[in-house]
Amino acid sequence: MSGADYCPSTPEEIREMLAAIGAADLEELFSPIPEELRARSFDLPAGISEFEMLDRLKALAQQNGAPLTLFIGGGYYDHLIPAVVDHLAGRAEFYTAYTPYQPECSQGTLQALFEYQTAICRLTGMEAANASLYDGATALAEAALMALRATGRSRLVIDGGVSPFSREVIRTYLANLDVEIMEVVPRNGGIDREALLEALDDATAALLVQNPTFFGTVEELSDIAAAAHEKGALLVVSAYPISLGLVKSPGEMGADVVVGDGQSLGNAMSFGGPSFGFISARKKLIRNMPGRIVGETVDGQGRRGFVLTLQAREQHIKRHKATSNICSNQGLCALKGLIFLTSLGKEGFRELALLNRDKAEYAKENLTAIDGVSLVNDGATFNEFTLRLPKSATEVVERLMAQGIAAGLPLGNYEPEMEECLVVTVTEKRSKVEIDRLADALRNELECIRF
Amino acid sequence: MQLIYEQSIDGRRGVRLPASDVPAALPLPAELLRKEAAGLPEVSELDTVRHFTNLSRRNFSVDTHFYPLGSCTMKYNVKATENGAALFNGEHPLLPLLPGGEPHAQGSLALLHGLATSLAEITGMAEVTTQPLAGAHGEMTGIMLIAAYHKAKGNKKRYVIVPDSSHGTNPASAAMVGYEIITIPTAPYGDMDLDAFRAAMNNEVAAVMMTCPNTLGLFNPHIKEICDIAHSFDALCYYDGANLNAIMGKVRPGDVGFDVIHLNLHKTFGTPHGGGGPGSGPVGVKEALVPFLPLPRIVKNDSGFILETTNPASIGRTANFFGNFGVMVKAYAYILLLGREGLIRVSEQAVLNANYIMARLKGHYDLPYDFTCMHECVFSASRQVKQGVHALDIAKYLIDQGYHPPTVYFPLIVKDAIMIEPTETESKATMDLFIQVMIQAAELAESDPGAFAALPATMPVSRLDETRAARSQQVCFAGC
Repeated sequence: MSGADYCPSTPEEIREMLAAIGAADLEELFSPIPEELRARSFDLPAGISEFEMLDRLKALAQQNGAPLTLFIGGGYYDHLIPAVVDHLAGRAEFYTAYTPYQPECSQGTLQALFEYQTAICRLTGMEAANASLYDGATALAEAALMALRATGRSRLVIDGGVSPFSREVIRTYLANLDVEIMEVVPRNGGIDREALLEALDDATAALLVQNPTFFGTVEELSDIAAAAHEKGALLVVSAYPISLGLVKSPGEMGADVVVGDGQSLGNAMSFGGPSFGFISARKKLIRNMPGRIVGETVDGQGRRGFVLTLQAREQHIKRHKATSNICSNQGLCALKGLIFLTSLGKEGFRELALLNRDKAEYAKENLTAIDGVSLVNDGATFNEFTLRLPKSATEVVERLMAQGIAAGLPLGNYEPEMEECLVVTVTEKRSKVEIDRLADALRNELECIRF
Repeated sequence: MQLIYEQSIDGRRGVRLPASDVPAALPLPAELLRKEAAGLPEVSELDTVRHFTNLSRRNFSVDTHFYPLGSCTMKYNVKATENGAALFNGEHPLLPLLPGGEPHAQGSLALLHGLATSLAEITGMAEVTTQPLAGAHGEMTGIMLIAAYHKAKGNKKRYVIVPDSSHGTNPASAAMVGYEIITIPTAPYGDMDLDAFRAAMNNEVAAVMMTCPNTLGLFNPHIKEICDIAHSFDALCYYDGANLNAIMGKVRPGDVGFDVIHLNLHKTFGTPHGGGGPGSGPVGVKEALVPFLPLPRIVKNDSGFILETTNPASIGRTANFFGNFGVMVKAYAYILLLGREGLIRVSEQAVLNANYIMARLKGHYDLPYDFTCMHECVFSASRQVKQGVHALDIAKYLIDQGYHPPTVYFPLIVKDAIMIEPTETESKATMDLFIQVMIQAAELAESDPGAFAALPATMPVSRLDETRAARSQQVCFAGC
């Protein structure tokens, strides 16, 4: 027989079980299904062995072609992953367990998630975090819903520096709800403070900003936080976690809720998932948080232990009145995030952020030295920046792609005024040689236009 | 066990990074700089390894224990699928969205398209989107598609109907899309009360959400009638695919009349549950709903696979990229491995195993809905409750005996519910031992009901004070 089914029962055992049930055959067990409801088709190929399956997948992976040198980010980043991350998160006791409903036999997962929540609070400068959400974009949408609940208001202001992908997800999430969304247009690839402050009013539940912005600028947000608070609105910040090794935390800047995508913390890019979304907040907002939360407590003998807590917010108890519908989250990816942060440690994580910025600054200097290439915004940046090219960035990227370089994300599809703009991402994985090669390729490309 | 933060020693270092090959940049302006590095642990690599290895040993898991957690389908996770997923780790999701980028992602797009095509055939749907990141996310996406359908037709709809036995995510997902919920009670025959449903149906109902087999493990023989009634009011029928493991090759929700379905790849298609996720919740729809599917949508043409990124009718993006791709590689690998006959056998053996446990335990525990079950059976501890022993006590007894407990207290409509889903990958020998232990628990409830209070006694902690956790709200370590 070809294929596997991982069903261990022998024909003899099947007969014994049927006898215990009092059924003549397997088909009798399906007798509750009326004949007219039976499947009309089930047209799938025959099964194969694991060796043939892997050959099939290798062939598919090869169809993706040779790896490119990546100068793209846009929410997903090519970072180093220490070996311990996959070795430890790959422990079957973590990998093949589920949501820790029974705390006594799930202390491993529960303590790890408590440590994860602590790490997220410390990175973001917040007081409470949950055990993860799906990804950065949905986390921002959940934060928006959380702010709407917490304030009882129905208006959101979204800064233009928020990733267009995240903005789209928020629009999708809120399309059927009675919520007014005011999107502020980005100006020169940074936050338009004036427009943002003007958009705030007394009906605004929250102001949503991204830092660093989609264009790469790192912004000080204290004045924006103060202005939001003055109107009774919350400041929600979407942060890129690696930047928090250097940049002042959103908490220090006055944010009320912080979210982000945890992919860069020890999760492979894997064509977009799985990663995890994180969310943290001021403690007074904890009852409005979505998702699972792990809390510390003690057992009957006073020993410390961890449980899922504040479950009365959740769908399995509150049903349609729950703070969110989320059930499964991205627990294993959050665990990878924790192991990543632990293995680098306090100083290592700071060095990682520094390395990202140094590489990006080197690239920025070299790329802007090319004739006709300039920065859209001369504000401070972390590991991404936006260039203005003397021609369509779309064309340039397409031509460099043929040379094995993903040179950046051209903005024409996202911001109509920015057809000539390119967001370039430089992580610690890009070597000086690769950066120099990008500069050479871009210079050649732009020069050959001129002739 | 100490927290990793409690093991931290100032100045201790873990993994080292490569030396920089570029000049150091000028620092960020002072007003943008962190005053102090974030308080991450300072431990050695061995400290990290030992800590997390020891933590892992404080877990029950499928690979170490029988884990009959009802409604969660904790089947064996095939190891070879992990090797398959790793082949795609370096793929950046933006590549096919870049100009000239689609050729650099043909394999990944082909895989997603292949998986979606297989899932459409398995469920009898026209097209499947792989974007939703978990089952509940799929539900929300599905209800958004239904809302878009009604909006396009100019239908004024307000309500979504769910049976009281539904997963909590069903009403929660519908509420997130702005619908009001009508809950229909369960009839003594174990399915949604058909008369109550008929009475509740009206022109303002947008959708009926059904789980079939339902959370009692029962197949509802009236589902076609329910779909027909709903359709006569131009309401759509939503199929919660959480329990698809029971019916592969036997029933296709699309054939019955369902318009939208979500699947939980981490349940039926054998991908690991990861201590709470990642899951993956692809959504299948009938032809009439295809125009509303999320973007980007993968389309096959003569030259290969391309991405459709604009379509005014679409509900838009529901997540960052293409879904939990790594999970989908494993599910695709699983379908390749098992093939047509394997998947059918999965459902047959899952149903056989559940009925076997039901038959063997029937004399020892109350079975409020005593019918042939599908992939899971639901007992009530009501007989034991008379002795003061609750479902939770029995769960704790099982932990001490080396079994992950079944789901308890769900579905809510069964008093002290014990919901057992063995899955097809467990052997008769394993189930026989489990049955023996369940019988011993029932006997102990009669002979010494007081014995349960101290259980579990073999774990690193005994029963934990949940009230204290909720009151103190210690969700982040304050020390060190």
